[in-house]
Amino acid sequence: MSNVQIITGNEAAAVGVKLCDPRVVAAYPITPQSSLAEILSRYVEGGELKAEYVRVEGEHSALTVCISASTVGARVFTATSSNGLLYMHEQLHWAAGSRLPIVMCCVNRGVGAPWSIFNDQQDSVAQRDTGWIQMYCRDNQEIIDTIIQAYRIAEQVYIPVMVCYDGFVLSHTMMPVDIPDHEQVLKFLPPYKPHTILSPEDPRTINSVLFPGRRENPEGVLCDGYMEMRYKLQAAFEKARAVITETNAAFASSFGRDHGGLIWTYMTDDAELVMTGMGSIAAEAIAAADMLRNEGIKAGVVGIRVFRPFPTDDVIQAFERAQAILTFEKAISYGYEGALCSDLKAAFYGTGIHAPVHNYVAGLGGRDVKPRELAEAGRNALAMLDVRTMKNETRWLNCYTG
Amino acid sequence: MKQDGLTATRGETMQENIFKINDKEYILPGSRACQGCGLTLAYRYLLKALRENTILTIPASCLCVLHGLYPITPVTVPCLNTTFASTAASASGIAAGLTALNKSDITVVAMAGDGSTYDMGIQSLSGAAERNTDFIFICYDNEGYMNTGTQRSSATPLGAITTTTPINTKQDQKKDFVRIMEAHDLPYLATTCPAYPIDLYEKFVKAKRIKGTRYMHIYSPCPPGWMYPTKDTIRIGKLAVETGMVILYEIEDGRLRLTGRSKTLAGRGKRQPIIHYVERQGRFKKMSIEQLNTLQAWVDRRWDEYVRRAEG
Ligand SMILES: Cc1ncc(C[n+]2csc(CCOP(=O)(O)OP(=O)(O)O)c2C)c(N)n1
Ligand code: SF4
Repeated sequence: MSNVQIITGNEAAAVGVKLCDPRVVAAYPITPQSSLAEILSRYVEGGELKAEYVRVEGEHSALTVCISASTVGARVFTATSSNGLLYMHEQLHWAAGSRLPIVMCCVNRGVGAPWSIFNDQQDSVAQRDTGWIQMYCRDNQEIIDTIIQAYRIAEQVYIPVMVCYDGFVLSHTMMPVDIPDHEQVLKFLPPYKPHTILSPEDPRTINSVLFPGRRENPEGVLCDGYMEMRYKLQAAFEKARAVITETNAAFASSFGRDHGGLIWTYMTDDAELVMTGMGSIAAEAIAAADMLRNEGIKAGVVGIRVFRPFPTDDVIQAFERAQAILTFEKAISYGYEGALCSDLKAAFYGTGIHAPVHNYVAGLGGRDVKPRELAEAGRNALAMLDVRTMKNETRWLNCYTG
Repeated sequence: MKQDGLTATRGETMQENIFKINDKEYILPGSRACQGCGLTLAYRYLLKALRENTILTIPASCLCVLHGLYPITPVTVPCLNTTFASTAASASGIAAGLTALNKSDITVVAMAGDGSTYDMGIQSLSGAAERNTDFIFICYDNEGYMNTGTQRSSATPLGAITTTTPINTKQDQKKDFVRIMEAHDLPYLATTCPAYPIDLYEKFVKAKRIKGTRYMHIYSPCPPGWMYPTKDTIRIGKLAVETGMVILYEIEDGRLRLTGRSKTLAGRGKRQPIIHYVERQGRFKKMSIEQLNTLQAWVDRRWDEYVRRAEG
């Protein structure tokens, strides 16, 4: 029996979190995340969610509370946006280094200066290398479902997961969402088992100082050094790909919704033009692909659902037949190009994929992007097909300067 | 109980209390702290007072180094390392997690140096205290960033040489941080010094029994940072109290009470001039007469004020 409600992205996230029964929630308000923090407060105060809600004085503390609560054995949740995420930066590394299965929502927003409360993805993309799994949602249904999956993934591989969705575009936009059944969610998501519990019953100092080498413990066992620990985090990321795919499949068979494992595709089988992006802009590219198809252009879309671990094999397969590739990114690595574009090209290196990759930066600070503009970019890419050498050039969509 | 830590102490109450101290050791031999470290001495006694069923969290600091290099630690109490600014937030997370899991009989303790307490950690500490988080926050105040090589902190006193005030000495007064904590209206707050271990021990025994945020300040002499011989840690700690540089007191439910040597000094003793304290430490060797007078006046004013408050 389905339970469909018309709710915003932040409401969907709050419901998703509640269904997963976290024991500790800590969050600090920032637009556009605020209503998520507010709804969760109401759940906790109203007794709908049996959790400790720590109303911290900043985001650095919000994530710290989650780190420490997770270390004593509690399932935890936090959420933020933009400058709040940047303020957490130190703790993002600390959480990943501690191998804690924290789940956080990043409601994507541009970062200052100057201030913008509107959407882009510079906040989370700038945290790419902090050791978090990053998943991007295209609609409100995906938000709720991805949060449920995120806990199961995180607790299996002991890597924190950032569930990213676009501020306002999703967070404040109402859409019909099928709310999963609580009992069924608990069956899908086994109880949290910490890898190490901080407890007087088994006293130990956690995360103490390391020297560059490995070192023996008092029993004479040679223990990991810093480098081995880092290697194991990377190895866990390698393993996470299969876990994410498997989790998505298990979710699909339990709940009947398949959002794709690491990527999703739209009409790519025969597509000569393939557009790609993360989050809602990829969903918009679907409308652009439909327009192009109406004109007889074989267009398709690849949605990057998981940015880290990077879906290397999946993208190679998905782009194999593409004649032209376009990436639409709501972030840029200043001084080079969009990070997704670089990562894609790196994945294609040494394969048979030699299609030109056109990089578009779009929608920064909430700048409107319409499907017809994406379609136009697609037409331009096709028109340039016979130009043999392509300059590595990033184009800025709807940007009127220079 | 080893007697040697106490033979140097005097005062009437010591003899009768000495046998009350928990004789179990929670720090095994082999800590990485310096010889004569005031922090280590204080740590030893406060852990005895807090006993089992305690969880600690600590930031980057000398205390973190004292805990040793992975995978070996001399400390037998469970401890979570955290980042420099986040000690009190980490304690909040531990407390929230334990409450959520129905394990609320455990004492949660955050312990940090003056650098991370007075400076970067003030935000998370103030936040945790305002929420009346159920934990004990301990600041061991060695008046500088010692772990990183004796740089100035806002707890460094006027006129002290540090590696970041190497030529001109520190030009500003020490921040009166305990007063900031007092403004949080805590159920319990106390100042201590390891030169008076019984006073310290008793305050921690009391703190453990109280619920809510408790703030404990430990004035911790540091031989390399303050530039005095390692054998003089107790002497320096005592001189700090004898001169009124440090005042031993506790505030419970808003009522201030002088304790230990500060109490007897206020009653019938005679406070020594701060020069007796200053002249024994290399860090003050460039202190000017003006700075000395300013510091003496600051100490006198504070002393009078605390004595007056204790009286009524
Ligand atoms: C964000 C950050 N900045 C700087 C440091 C470097 N750091 C480590 S310990 C320390 C000083 C510690 O001073 P204090 O808190 O007084 O403790 P002590 O070393 O004196 O025991 C500093 C600055 C750090 N660990 N983290
Ligand atoms: S530097 Fe000072 S506080 Fe740090 S371990 Fe040495 S004596 Fe103790």
